[in-house]
Amino acid sequence: MRASNVTKAVALALSVAWVAGCSTSGTSERTGSTAGTDTGSTQGVSQNGGVSSSSMDDVANLQTVFYFDFDQSVVKANGFADLEKHAAYLAANPSAQVILEGHADERGTREYNMALGERRAKAVSRFLQVNGVSGTQVESISFGEEKPAVLGHSDSSWSQNRRVELKYVSR
Amino acid sequence: MKKVFHLWIVSCVLLLSSVVSAESDLAIEITQGIDEPTPVAIVPFAWSGSSALKENIAQIVSADLGRTGLFSMMDPTTMLSFPTQQDQIYYRDWRLSKTEFLVIGRQIPAEGTQIKVEFELYDVLKEQRLLSERVSGTQDNLRDIAHYISDMIYQKLTGIRGAFSTRIVYVTAQQYGEGKVSYRLKMADSDGARPITIRQQSEPLMSPAWARDGSKLAYVSFESGRPAIYIQYLATGKREKVQSFRGLNGAPAWSPDGNKLAIVLSKDGNPEVYVLDLRSRSLARITHHYGIDTEPSWSPDGQSIIFTSDRGGQPQIYRLQLATRQLERVTYEGNYNSRGRLTHDGRFLAMVHRGDDNVFRIAVQDLKTGRLDTLTDTYLDESPTIAPNGSIILYATQKGVKGVLGGVTLDGNVRFILPATSGDVREPAWSPYLQ
Repeated sequence: MRASNVTKAVALALSVAWVAGCSTSGTSERTGSTAGTDTGSTQGVSQNGGVSSSSMDDVANLQTVFYFDFDQSVVKANGFADLEKHAAYLAANPSAQVILEGHADERGTREYNMALGERRAKAVSRFLQVNGVSGTQVESISFGEEKPAVLGHSDSSWSQNRRVELKYVSR
Repeated sequence: MKKVFHLWIVSCVLLLSSVVSAESDLAIEITQGIDEPTPVAIVPFAWSGSSALKENIAQIVSADLGRTGLFSMMDPTTMLSFPTQQDQIYYRDWRLSKTEFLVIGRQIPAEGTQIKVEFELYDVLKEQRLLSERVSGTQDNLRDIAHYISDMIYQKLTGIRGAFSTRIVYVTAQQYGEGKVSYRLKMADSDGARPITIRQQSEPLMSPAWARDGSKLAYVSFESGRPAIYIQYLATGKREKVQSFRGLNGAPAWSPDGNKLAIVLSKDGNPEVYVLDLRSRSLARITHHYGIDTEPSWSPDGQSIIFTSDRGGQPQIYRLQLATRQLERVTYEGNYNSRGRLTHDGRFLAMVHRGDDNVFRIAVQDLKTGRLDTLTDTYLDESPTIAPNGSIILYATQKGVKGVLGGVTLDGNVRFILPATSGDVREPAWSPYLQ
């Protein structure tokens, strides 16, 4: 399965570039952190190189909540490894399906945040699809700022609310 | 230079203590005022019945007029006399207390719970009667009578139709138990009194919008697990789900003629504004951009739609002429301008504005001069909605850890908040004039 690993690494790198490219198009703030994420992606790939592609592994213990920077919809490098495992599982189990729930923090207007939440969910969706998951296995649903994970008006609450939750509807 | 004073309207507090209502969500408190509003006195109305009345009309009228910022209302405890008939008015006394306009009234019992209310408005300086009218109602709609009187007085003194007899809807979210939230769509009088729940569910509700005839609302509900747009008829409570698509279904806005809804769908890949014809059910996409296009709102003449787009790199407000498809960017000042709402004369654009301090506030742009004024000094302000006569903007803001509704006059001179007593209050929508 070494060949498959190489393929995956390439696919992952592509997906990072694609996701980053798509996601920065509409966002203005902190372009610096976008660049930082790109740098981080290289590390993500190399770290991932050491993980075997046992796609049938149980996904129960994987990270299912992925966090985002303010006003950003770029998937962060620290989520790559587990997202890749979700992707491997989904690719190997075509009947499995996930919902990606996109969320925003409370700042800004509600309908705009609905759009932002969807953009985040779709960034994760693209990541999965580039890694071999069929589009029919993934649904993005935005909840905007309507379902905060944490209440409160501080940076720490906000950072926990800017997220995509990956939920299996069938395995 | 502007003098800030704190005027706590005691009337509502008194009302709350005398009328124990199951749903007393909102009470008005004025947090800022202006220097030279016109002094007006509303003398407590006479009551010739035997049992106590449920509401104090003079207090309600006084609070209504005070909220507009145009008038300073005299505290009844400082009045030298309480005339209830024209021949009891001593103009000299009222001139001494600097009152410019005076309102007196009488409440007369009629058959059953019927009641007649007579009121008169006087110009103290000219010693002239400006208004004299009789209103009939029941003991149960004294608040309606009061708001009607406020409308009459406001129109006589300003030349502008009053909007006190209107309603607001808003959304509340209240936590109960482990991570459970009860979302409610509520409707109340324009002063926040008499709230009733018109929809309650355990999944989010958002973006309520009034049809221009005041008979129905459109809103977004997640009751199916996904966002969908519903229309709810106020008289019957009957609901209908508007055709929904994969992805976003949001931000409904009624056309002025009530036949169309501007909505936001992401079925084509990213959020775009569409116009749904409610009679033919035909759907026309009106924006075409890979960025976010959302929060549509119609111009009063129905000829154009304003919307938020981040096509320029950050959210700004644009206007699209429907006939020519001509697109124009409207806002330039600030790094985030969104959810625009036009006044009913089309002259002013209220919006959520973020300037260099990165705080979200309510601002108004004069579309004739281009001048933008920030009206609020709180943070996380959103969802501006404008009274049908353009006098006041209601918006959602934070007080402590709670969402509350705030109000501000269009000139920014008077601000008030409607403190929430239950749940997180958000997304006010002011009704049109109601019949």
